[in-house]
Amino acid sequence: MSFDAAYQSKVLKSVGTRPLRPDGVDKVTGRARYGADFNMPGQLVARVLRSPHAHAKIKSIDTSRAAAAKGVKAIITAADLPDLTDGNRSLFAILDNCMARSKAMYDGHAVAAVAAIDEKAAKVALQLIEVEYEVLPHVVDVDAAILPDAPVLNDTIFTKGVEPIPKTPSNVANQAEFGHGDVEAGFMQAEVIVERSYKTEQTHQGYIEPHACVASCNTDGTAELWVCTQGHFVYRQTCADLLGLEVSKLRVTSSEIGGGFGGKTHVWAEPVALALSRKAGRPVKLVMSREEVFRASGPTSATSIDVKIGTKKDGTITAAQATLRYTSGPYPDTWAEIGAMTSFACYDLKNVKTVGIEVIVNRPKVAAYRAPSAPMAAFAVESAIDELAHKIGMDAVDFRIKNAAKEGTRASYGPIYGPIGIGPTLEAAKTHPHMSAPLGKNQGRGMACGFWFNFGGQTCTDLNVSADGTVTLAVGTVDVGGSRASLSLIAAEELGIDYQDIKAVIADTSTLGYNDMTDGSRGTFSSSMATISAARNAIEVMRHRAAMMWDIPPEDVYWEDGHAVAAGTKHGNRAPLSVKEIAAAAGNTGGPIAGHSELVADGAGVSFATHICDIQVDPETGSSRILRYTVIQDAGKAVHPAYVEGQYQGGAAQGIGWALNEEYIYGSDGRLQNPGFLDYRIPVCSDLPMIGTQILEIPNPNHPYGVRGVGETSIVPPLAAVANAVSNAIGLRMTHIPISPPRILAALNDAARN
Amino acid sequence: MSSIAVATTINDDDVEFLCQPDETLLDVLRNRLGLMGAKEGCGTGDCGACSVIMDGRLVCACLVLGAEAQGRTIETIEGMATGSELHPLQRKFIEHAALQCGICTPGFLMAAKALLATNPNPTETEIRFWLAGNLCRCTGYDKIIRAVQDAAAEMRGEIS
Repeated sequence: MSFDAAYQSKVLKSVGTRPLRPDGVDKVTGRARYGADFNMPGQLVARVLRSPHAHAKIKSIDTSRAAAAKGVKAIITAADLPDLTDGNRSLFAILDNCMARSKAMYDGHAVAAVAAIDEKAAKVALQLIEVEYEVLPHVVDVDAAILPDAPVLNDTIFTKGVEPIPKTPSNVANQAEFGHGDVEAGFMQAEVIVERSYKTEQTHQGYIEPHACVASCNTDGTAELWVCTQGHFVYRQTCADLLGLEVSKLRVTSSEIGGGFGGKTHVWAEPVALALSRKAGRPVKLVMSREEVFRASGPTSATSIDVKIGTKKDGTITAAQATLRYTSGPYPDTWAEIGAMTSFACYDLKNVKTVGIEVIVNRPKVAAYRAPSAPMAAFAVESAIDELAHKIGMDAVDFRIKNAAKEGTRASYGPIYGPIGIGPTLEAAKTHPHMSAPLGKNQGRGMACGFWFNFGGQTCTDLNVSADGTVTLAVGTVDVGGSRASLSLIAAEELGIDYQDIKAVIADTSTLGYNDMTDGSRGTFSSSMATISAARNAIEVMRHRAAMMWDIPPEDVYWEDGHAVAAGTKHGNRAPLSVKEIAAAAGNTGGPIAGHSELVADGAGVSFATHICDIQVDPETGSSRILRYTVIQDAGKAVHPAYVEGQYQGGAAQGIGWALNEEYIYGSDGRLQNPGFLDYRIPVCSDLPMIGTQILEIPNPNHPYGVRGVGETSIVPPLAAVANAVSNAIGLRMTHIPISPPRILAALNDAARN
Repeated sequence: MSSIAVATTINDDDVEFLCQPDETLLDVLRNRLGLMGAKEGCGTGDCGACSVIMDGRLVCACLVLGAEAQGRTIETIEGMATGSELHPLQRKFIEHAALQCGICTPGFLMAAKALLATNPNPTETEIRFWLAGNLCRCTGYDKIIRAVQDAAAEMRGEIS
């Protein structure tokens, strides 16, 4: 059925309210079932053997002693996961990452796995597996990896995206360029230029729930997988591809997810657990330890970024360019390309050029992390913008307002913007009381802007009206932060019934059509679109049923405020029929009432935010403390404002941790030194102040209620906002994230010496 | 290794179980007793997701051996509500949207309960430092603090 997704300005009754979330009671009573909270009869416990080397050839693996150990039911190596990828390079990378084939590519890379009757037996078996390695030279640093003397990690990689294609392999997997105009001419017109290099270290999403799954392969070719994931349909497809299963015979159920932030968009343990189950003939449970999560899941890129921006003294930017180098782990990917696309997206530029360079290193395969690649680019660009504003003596907000992108601007990555929120968030920042609050000694204020594309994608929902008139809404996008609440509000709004009468559930892969995963801030955006569409289809059914009940033509029945209404006066003074009344009669009017929807949710509106940060720096120790933090972001339409605020606050907190503390620290041996929450320090309660939020609503023209994705943009500005605040507090430009106490102290000591 | 027989009290119920000498209380709760509300986020006492109260003291169940529960009194998230009536902290966490993914929530609730048992009227700073042993990656803690403050006020009889 055709669906009109165009924005319609109207008064909304349910959308915009703050009801209690439907999964709240389960989550405060301990009843909610996460990845590790599920068991099957006869289940085995799996453990994974991991490479202790950053780069090593696997000469041989002898599993015979382990196989003979008591309680061991199956052992697998790469030989048990044959290559079925048929030349698909990205799928092969996933396969090789799940279980190293010829070489271990990073500290923590899986080389074998065991299923045994309990954890103790599995651990004993791991110690009995004999792997003979030939240790190879490694490289983990983004800049070191592209030096001429760096060890080449994969001799089949010849840089893509450059002409002519190089004749020798290197660690630069690909290069991508964006922009328009003539930057050289633009720099000639500039009166002031800032040119600097920046670095950011690798961070982890830091979800509190480690990866966990239970896999059960049957001898008849069917299989089940219970797993914490952001996308169970995508996991199904990938696992089926890697194991040679028929897609529809693998049923994947998503558990409650204990945080993902992009890190649960890719398989690691799941194909391994399925392969073990297939070999053992029993269900297998595989739960990663925290150490394994850090060493062997998918952290974000480390980066090295050069930025050059030129401006006239009146604040008009004449040219901007950036070269962005991103690590992707051992396999080619597109993280630098995405970073290059986002870097100048906030600004209206005549001459702009960005180059993304993807760098292969001996670190875990990078996965998405909330607006992946954007925070690092924003850190570099927004730092340079701030410095330029200082140099020309212009207020940092005014400088950005003068150059902000607006409707009709051609984005630096190509498209022409529709109505967007960068200007309004900056204007809101300018007048926000935070901006004019006094600062004390050793305190600094910084601000920064951020952009994220947002995504729509394939979406499918079912809306079933029960006999009592209550409604079950089955969606296929995993609920990562309250989308069952927001989608229930949407269904209530469209049907015209109470929020309390809707029960939203996440359907498994065998009970609903395909859905892309919850990423790209698409959960509420795309599933709300499909929910509106499904609700409209259900209303259409109910209109016909009401017509049947009244014995009048369906075209004489319209839907208003949750009721079927007979149009005009020719059918007498009929009382409107409620959903409950229509549902009660369904058995006699044609059977169950439902609305379904399958669509590609196009038109996800781009998202912008502006953040303000106050920080205090202790010059004696280099330690810093966030004093005040404000997030201003365009939501399009905030469906459940409390959870929109939650997204703003959570993203800001993650960004603050990234800016000040979090980093992967590798030893000279290429081994990760801090794979735990003690040494990889994410912000705790006492590190942060309350985080102020201001929701702007600039409707997305491509959604019936104007909704935009809200989940990711909030992590984009904090690196730069914090860096600008520290730089303003100490009068020195900080260019290396995280700005940890040793780095601040070193900067202060260097300045004192010079 | 032979198992150890342990008799303890969990959520006011007498409980007996067998466990290995090196088995943690968390593994006993989750794997032997079916009390899955305490979560393992790290296994090293850094994240607080497995927080329970033992003899009135807040502990990480991953750092306590199952055998140490002998003769003790353990409170877990499963015993927080009274029948079908939620504890004020549980109610306020839902009302204030103080949870998103919810994996840390049982730990935060147990920690907050232990706090209010010793300090019914904590300042924001006291709450922040008490809860600093519990990691939340979703919320930025703002709404958690507000929920605890609101629950504390209600428990003091200052109906909000």
